[in-house]
Amino acid sequence: MPLYECVLIARNDVTQQQVEAVADDVAAQLEADGGAVKKREYWGLRSLAYRIKKNRKGHYMLLGLDAKPPFVTEMERQLRLNEDILRFLTLRVETIDEAQSAILARKSDERERSFRGPRAPTRLDGGRRRSFDDREEFRARDDGREESREPVEE
Amino acid sequence: MSDSTDINPAARRSAVGARRPFYRRRKSCPFSGPNAPKIDYKDVRLLSRFLSERGKIVPSRITAVSGKKQRELALAIKRARFLALLPYILT
Repeated sequence: MPLYECVLIARNDVTQQQVEAVADDVAAQLEADGGAVKKREYWGLRSLAYRIKKNRKGHYMLLGLDAKPPFVTEMERQLRLNEDILRFLTLRVETIDEAQSAILARKSDERERSFRGPRAPTRLDGGRRRSFDDREEFRARDDGREESREPVEE
Repeated sequence: MSDSTDINPAARRSAVGARRPFYRRRKSCPFSGPNAPKIDYKDVRLLSRFLSERGKIVPSRITAVSGKKQRELALAIKRARFLALLPYILT
């Protein structure tokens, strides 16, 4: 059966247990249908990059599913009706990686501020001084911003 | 036929000499070759390297990402934006 990856964002106000309950619900229905939940990750209450329905934080949950397509459609329909779920994204994937996803792996790693995006060129030739060129515009943003959006530990 | 053919090569030569200083620093694509990181929409840290200060996707002529990988990268960034892992715009 095809493999899917589904990321859900739940409202700030609900508890982690309620989010887990939603995932358990999906798992139970999936088992009944003949599929399996291959992967389940709770990323915690993270800050959102922008406000979604007036929420600044949300509970993220990742599910890796082995399911039939009609089940996925039905599951999405249920999620859409659930008013605690703000957003979901279901993607069809070739394989479900058993290892921890990048979000959790990065959280456990030490955060280093090594790379800061494409650096401006050193100006070796004399006459061509420019105050603003293409690279200035595209310098990667400060890692400081990312740090300030560290997920809250419950 | 006229004198313009004499003037043109000289003009072209001076324009060529004034090439941008970082022209010679053409790195290879960061996603090709051995031990290349896989492009994943969940890997916020990797993706944010390819965003500008305002949150725009940096063109590949600056980052030297290959065409195919740039398309995958753009798709991953757009998915991450939809999931509020990355912003659409920064002020």
